[in-house]
Amino acid sequence: MSSTRWRESSRTNISEEQITQLLSTLRQLLPEIPHSHSHKASSAAKVLKQTCNYIKTLHREVDDLSDRLSQLLATIDADSAEAAIIRSLLI
Amino acid sequence: MMNSPQQVKNPSSSLKSRFITRFLGALTKINAEHPISSSSPTRIFQRYRRIKVASNKSMAYSVRSRRIWSRAMLSRFRSRRSAFSVRRSSVKTTNCTTSPPSALIKVTINENKIAKGGLDMQTDELRELVPGGEAMDVCNLLGETAHYIKCLTTQVQVMRKIVDFYHLSK
Repeated sequence: MSSTRWRESSRTNISEEQITQLLSTLRQLLPEIPHSHSHKASSAAKVLKQTCNYIKTLHREVDDLSDRLSQLLATIDADSAEAAIIRSLLI
Repeated sequence: MMNSPQQVKNPSSSLKSRFITRFLGALTKINAEHPISSSSPTRIFQRYRRIKVASNKSMAYSVRSRRIWSRAMLSRFRSRRSAFSVRRSSVKTTNCTTSPPSALIKVTINENKIAKGGLDMQTDELRELVPGGEAMDVCNLLGETAHYIKCLTTQVQVMRKIVDFYHLSK
């Protein structure tokens, strides 16, 4: 099985540049952080950590918004408002 | 009268409109099935759960099976409906082309870490957060993560607008 391992590690080495590219794509999606030195030097570990935190934040926001919707839905008839919402949201 | 809505230009806005339609339909259904005559805490909590599931489901269905993460999420939903355990679907690698073995200059990843599988350790947490992440290789994981984040932000954006709308109508 040593040949398989060698193949795997060489495949990993080959795609390192691609991993770097993917990481910078990710970094662009993350919210701006006021770091003066975050040039290209942010490590992979940092980007991954920030990504994880961002995803957790987004999950929490979905949670919170679901909670608020569950209370608001109580007061409104969704049918009549639906068309208006769709129109306003798609603008 | 305004013109009928134009054809959507880019995939992301059609994804957004698919999500909106599905999610609003789900909300209407939830409201119809669980009318709020008594806003007991239990009822509200049930509604909160259903809305959250509806939001994630609507997004996963809008993405359909074009992504590993959406496929994983959809199979999760189906396995919850049926009582049986989930059959592990094979993970196809998408978008992950191998670049030629050029010189590894300016990589931000320590080569030692790669050799020791250190990058695997760093991605552990991410794998838990992205649906289907456990089975992906690093390349796919990063690509799927980017798309997943885009979809999550769309979810949040739409939900916020709905909340604002209902707030204003009160």
